[in-house]
Amino acid sequence: MPHLTATDELEIIGSSGGAKPPAGSGRDGDGGRRGGSSGIPQRVYVTGITIAMGGILMFFMALVSAFIVRKGLGGDWLPFGMPRILWLNTGILLASSGALIQARRLFKRGDSGGFRHWWAVTTVLGLLFLVGQLIAWRQMVAAGFYLASNASNSFFYVLTAAHGLHLLGGIAALLFVGWGRLRKLTLATGTEIVSYYWHFLDGLWVFLFLLLLLGR
Amino acid sequence: MSAHAGSIHHSEAPKGWIRHYIFSLDHKIIGTQYILLGLSAVTIGVILSLIVRLHLVWPNLHIWGFANGIVSPEDYLRVITMHGTLMVFFVLTTVPQSGFGNYFLPIQIGAPDMAFPTINMLSFWTTFLALIVLLASAFVPGGATISGWTSYAPLSAVGEIAGPGLGLGQTLWVVSIALFCGGSLMSAINFLGTTIDLRTKGLSLMRMPLTVWGWFITACLALLAFGVLLAACILLLLDRLAQTSFFIPADLSVSGVVLHHAGGSPLLWQHLFWFFGHPEVYIAILPAMGIISHVLSTFSRKPVFGYKAMVYSLTAIGFLSFTVWGHHMFISGMNPYSALAFSILTLVIGVPSAIKTFNWLGTLWGGRIHFTAAMLFAIGFVSLFVTGGLSGIFLAQPALDLYLHDTSYVIGHFHLIMGVAAIFAMFAASYYWFPKMFGHMMNETLGKIHFWFTFIGVYCIFMPMHYLGYVGEARRYASTESVNYMIALHPVNMFISFSAFVTMSAQLLFYFNFFWSIKHGKPAERNPWHGTTLEWSVSTPVPHDNFAGDYPTVYRGPYEYSVPGAADDFIPQHLAPEQVAKAG
Ligand code: HEM
Ligand SMILES: [Cu+2]
Repeated sequence: MPHLTATDELEIIGSSGGAKPPAGSGRDGDGGRRGGSSGIPQRVYVTGITIAMGGILMFFMALVSAFIVRKGLGGDWLPFGMPRILWLNTGILLASSGALIQARRLFKRGDSGGFRHWWAVTTVLGLLFLVGQLIAWRQMVAAGFYLASNASNSFFYVLTAAHGLHLLGGIAALLFVGWGRLRKLTLATGTEIVSYYWHFLDGLWVFLFLLLLLGR
Repeated sequence: MSAHAGSIHHSEAPKGWIRHYIFSLDHKIIGTQYILLGLSAVTIGVILSLIVRLHLVWPNLHIWGFANGIVSPEDYLRVITMHGTLMVFFVLTTVPQSGFGNYFLPIQIGAPDMAFPTINMLSFWTTFLALIVLLASAFVPGGATISGWTSYAPLSAVGEIAGPGLGLGQTLWVVSIALFCGGSLMSAINFLGTTIDLRTKGLSLMRMPLTVWGWFITACLALLAFGVLLAACILLLLDRLAQTSFFIPADLSVSGVVLHHAGGSPLLWQHLFWFFGHPEVYIAILPAMGIISHVLSTFSRKPVFGYKAMVYSLTAIGFLSFTVWGHHMFISGMNPYSALAFSILTLVIGVPSAIKTFNWLGTLWGGRIHFTAAMLFAIGFVSLFVTGGLSGIFLAQPALDLYLHDTSYVIGHFHLIMGVAAIFAMFAASYYWFPKMFGHMMNETLGKIHFWFTFIGVYCIFMPMHYLGYVGEARRYASTESVNYMIALHPVNMFISFSAFVTMSAQLLFYFNFFWSIKHGKPAERNPWHGTTLEWSVSTPVPHDNFAGDYPTVYRGPYEYSVPGAADDFIPQHLAPEQVAKAG
């Protein structure tokens, strides 16, 4: 019955494809779910955070295009003075990404003391950034730029608040992975996905900062 | 570092009623919860449309629940706003994707559950909360909002001063939709992660059932579209509550008062809304397309005609759906060149849509067709999709749309192609999967009667609306009698209303059949339709981890029906080649 054999072959395609890799060859060491086991492969968490970042990016892009359209159509746009501290905040956030890279490097080497140290540095820098953003808000208010004063100010608050909330989630994730009890995630996966998310928010901030700086 | 925490075992079902049925992590329970949520929403939605049709033909009829029993023009707007919002968000977006998708996607790909069960539970409860907030808005001072399911600014942005329902009612509407966005985004992440990483051995992308493809592409659209609506809702909420001016123009005078807002753009809302809104209509229909392909193939006892073309056209439709939102805004005063571009892009979507239609017909062609209730609804879907799609082509011409926009013609178009077509897919899915979900068969005879009443009924309701639109009946008018030329249309409206009453009553057959069959239907075998995909390989009721720890390997594509040389007219995906019985 030759026509039946046409589809008989098992297609094994790469880790992004359908067929699961044979035992032991998965990205995460335990080979993912296979045969009779019903575990969830670790790579799905990486996939999940990647997808989530896509959704978050669309959310911010909607705000950014609203910014551009509103500025172009409104005719009432007034520039405002950017709080100086934002430069410092940006530096702090970039530094936190650096600390995170260091933490992961030590983690991969198996140096769990060093890992924890740099992980904590990242977390503290992240908190400092948020405090800095709040100070920036205080400075805006002190200068008379309120949420509803002008569309440019409205966008400043909306963009920084939205980013800050996402970053707050990042800090929660840092704390949880560093000091919480992971159930389904391995520590390796936990550090991997948190670091993707963190670097993403870092890059996003640089973009938003430039947008506000050049477009306000 | 240890990497073994990764193999969590799912085979233990949770004990306790609340963990099992309320805050369940099991995708099958969550899917069922979504279906019941949709069923509640559709019931309310249909009752509201009953009020619409009653009011249009008997404006002075006393209706329970309204002040003095009379439906005022504002009440009428509240009713259609609630009807549209419930139906589009809580029925069409929810049931085919989060309902049936949740239930069957993991089983069809040979997985124990969704990738992120906790997030799955959270998506459902967020959606549930969104529904409660929406319904609550009808009971606050001022009542539900009157701004339509599209909530155009500035009416939706300025607050109480603009009319009844635009105070707290409108705020709750926005909050509800924002919550809904959150639920849908979480759900999209789950669907994508699950499909990408949890497929069982041998289930390559091009062996996935078309249902899975439909859910997958829909999740992509939801991921990219709902974030945009969420952003728009946040800006709208700020305009309403914090005196910002994103959507409210300068010196706007409302109810005789000049508002203190500056330079906002109502068009910005339209752009953001429709950038979400057009993908949204495909979010409603792509899962339906998957389900229909699946059912047509099963009951034609033939492979889907052009499986790959089906996959590519689905993807193309998904991609293009992000490029055509301007066709909802032809009369917004946009540059005619933009209108031309949007028009052409819209017509381009017709090409993959036509490919799908021809492939459905090709699947039917020469098949040994079993006219089950599910099959009848699937064929009905194809008919509705063609009829509704053709009117879309007319609307896509800016010159014609200047006239047809905001007339009954548009109502006819989108009810046939989105409302009714997606509902037909839900009916097909119910009749088709009921045996697997509840272990009993639905009654086929009742199902067929239900089909014929519904099929003829919806055409009687929505075809005349095209005619009404041609002769100028405006959309969203509370009365067809207040404008002279509309009075002559009364008999047509009468006909529509009576068709609607009959069609709605016929739905009682479905409710009865559904709930009665859960207990009293004929007991179902494991694979009553002789289907090939994995959901038919598992026992009924489906075990907690779907496969009782014994995960299948997939050896072939999903639609191997009537393969020459095989003894049976179907070869299940999980059957090893040496197990396939040969003819003779
Ligand atoms: C070839 C296919 C299609 C074309 C060319 C098309 C074209 C259009 C156009 C131009 C409009 C705007 C009419 C107006 O407001 O003046 C429209 C409205 C609409 N279409 Fe389609 N359409 C197509 C398919 C679909 C599908 C597949 C769905 C849903 C599943 C759909 C759902 C809707 C809805 C809901 C509206 C009205 C929205 C509103 O104003 O409330 N259409 N269509
Ligand atoms: Cu559209």
